[in-house]
Amino acid sequence: MAIKVKCFASMREYLDLSEREIGIDGISTVADVWRAVAGDKPMPDNTLCAVNQSQANAAFSVSSGDEVAFFPPVTGG
Amino acid sequence: MASAHSTRSVKVVTEALDPWQELAAYQSQHLTAGKFGATATFVGTMRDFNEGDDVTGMTLEHYPGMTEAQLQRIIDEAQEQWPLEEVLIVHRVGPILPGDPIVLVACWSAHRAAAFEACRHLMEALKSRAPFWKKETLADQSHRWVEKNTDGYHA
Repeated sequence: MAIKVKCFASMREYLDLSEREIGIDGISTVADVWRAVAGDKPMPDNTLCAVNQSQANAAFSVSSGDEVAFFPPVTGG
Repeated sequence: MASAHSTRSVKVVTEALDPWQELAAYQSQHLTAGKFGATATFVGTMRDFNEGDDVTGMTLEHYPGMTEAQLQRIIDEAQEQWPLEEVLIVHRVGPILPGDPIVLVACWSAHRAAAFEACRHLMEALKSRAPFWKKETLADQSHRWVEKNTDGYHA
């Protein structure tokens, strides 16, 4: 099993990543997922995270089968 | 066309949004004449200026699934706070031009206070919590992401 990672808007461009699956090995939090896909790139201060389409923070636990997303502040409406 | 994740009260559409047609269709389908005395609506439309620059177009992106779920959560919260008969939110995504409607929020209630207050609350909640993002095209054909929404209560 794996974790599905999605990035939106300027975050997709920052990481050059739209959607990707990563293995669960060594991954227990949202912050671990970030390191797995971003490498050395720091997480911008205003980054928003979601786990299974609900807002979460970097310390939030993740498990196999979860969908984790990273995106900038929202600007709809 | 509405997205696959749309629900009765939440629609994310990829084609031209006609808020008045949406309003009329929803009202005739889901409201009973005589049961509501107030309908408050907000329509957001694309400007041709932002931050002092001419804007010639815009692309709206969303997070399919989470956007609709988040809008439904916002509606559920409003329905707990105010006595509402019905709520409708329709939001456009994809490439749009100045003058195009972007968003419709409509609230139906027995009395005007609930409709007015809930409509305002829903719009501000959408602006701050629903995952949509705007990328503007400027007059020189360059692009830039809109970085944040202003606080509508203190703008």
